[in-house]
Amino acid sequence: MIDPRIIVISAASLGSVGIASAALLAGASKFFKVEQDPRIDDLIAILPGANCGGCGFPGCGGFAAALIDGKADVTACIPGGSEVAQKIGAILGQEVADRVRAVVRLRCRGQADTAVSRVTYAGVDSCRALLLVSPAGAKACPRGCEGLGDCVRICLFGALTMDANGLPVIDEAKCTACGQCVSACPKGVLVIEPHAATVYVGCSTDLTPKEARQACGAACLACRLCLKACPHDALVWDGRRPVRSDEKCVGCGLCVDACKPGVLVYARGATPEPGVRAEAERLAAERRDAEAARKAAAKAAATAAAAPPPAPTIPPEPA
Amino acid sequence: MEITSYLQLILWAMLVNNFLLAQFLGICPFLGVSRKIESAVGMSIAVVFVITVASVICWLLYYSLLVPFHLGFLRTIVFILVIAALVQFVEMVVRKVSPGLFQALGIYLPLITTNCAVLGAALLAITKEFSFLKTLVYAVGSSVGFGLVLVLFAGIRQRLDIVPGTPRILRGMPIALVTASILALAFLGFAGLVKM
Repeated sequence: MIDPRIIVISAASLGSVGIASAALLAGASKFFKVEQDPRIDDLIAILPGANCGGCGFPGCGGFAAALIDGKADVTACIPGGSEVAQKIGAILGQEVADRVRAVVRLRCRGQADTAVSRVTYAGVDSCRALLLVSPAGAKACPRGCEGLGDCVRICLFGALTMDANGLPVIDEAKCTACGQCVSACPKGVLVIEPHAATVYVGCSTDLTPKEARQACGAACLACRLCLKACPHDALVWDGRRPVRSDEKCVGCGLCVDACKPGVLVYARGATPEPGVRAEAERLAAERRDAEAARKAAAKAAATAAAAPPPAPTIPPEPA
Repeated sequence: MEITSYLQLILWAMLVNNFLLAQFLGICPFLGVSRKIESAVGMSIAVVFVITVASVICWLLYYSLLVPFHLGFLRTIVFILVIAALVQFVEMVVRKVSPGLFQALGIYLPLITTNCAVLGAALLAITKEFSFLKTLVYAVGSSVGFGLVLVLFAGIRQRLDIVPGTPRILRGMPIALVTASILALAFLGFAGLVKM
């Protein structure tokens, strides 16, 4: 027979431990209360709650906290799209411009037969695995696409496919610029660009022009003909390769024609609109004429300066 | 001789009698938080912290409250209660006192509230009739062992994830379980290294 006192004592002591813990927690929740911006809860209510991490923060809660701190872009929520961005803007009291549609582009044109391979790789069919074996990659250009398709496998939207030349092809109609492939690419050759830009730079090599000429048939050789060809000054030189400035580029494609290795390319097979092209050609011709006129003037001045003064005419001596 | 016995205790707790691979305690975070090395490291640090504090508090409670009232048989339920309250309390304090530490540990603390490894450490220290100091050493040693295995396992899983050769039916959790069992076999090699 169990002593009933044991039951009473057990219940009482367990109960008192429970009550003591509850009191401790209740006190702590008052005493250690952390003031939190009430807008954080409002933001979490608006966000999709998928906790996908597409914004680069740990879940929707992390994104909301970063928004309050001003560390996050209001349009960063990809699943929410512009609708959620507008609502966030309303809470934070910011005007939100419509989200610019972006797509992923490959900053490498080094096809299997164009780019020189340094070594032959026959291991696991993955770029990340290749880089574990050979940190500089298998191609002679350290910034070249290895073409083993990590980006293709990770794409949730089926926007990437591997072509016969060993480079991923991006279907810009399907691409949502979620950035999964950009982070999956260990070489960093995928970049997010505005969808509206029809001409882009397709090389990210950091080799010297001489090395690049040996490493890849589609490498930027730093000739800068593209900069000269652009009538809108939309290309700037970053020290190694041209960079497009999105406000100025109209997509006329004169740089595409000027680039011999084919570093500058049209996106999604676009061709420039005839009007834009004609206008650009007119501007370019004007520039050429102006340049030629300036050169001619300079040359004339130079010849004028360099020419010997006319010999004084000496009257023939009388016989 | 004292030092040697403590070193033996650490080895025994860490490797021979490892929580995860020899006693199968705390399997939930072992499988749940082992996809990335960074989160495994964060979880490990949180576990080391909680197990150490919880074992010490439980030891004090057992010998100052339960033993005098002859209530030793209540220890399991009392420890569960105390550990849960303690973890909640620690979470609140850390959140207030050190937001940086909260960022690092905060998301893992609620996961440990009901972790059986924490309860296991507290109960085993009582069953083995450890002294206060031995309890402390045992708690640190066993939780570091927990962390070691968790991080090792996360490293293996991270590498397994990028191998495309895994058969489709084994991808994800199945291959993780296979890996865990092979890892447990490897740790079996430590059996008999230290007798306690």
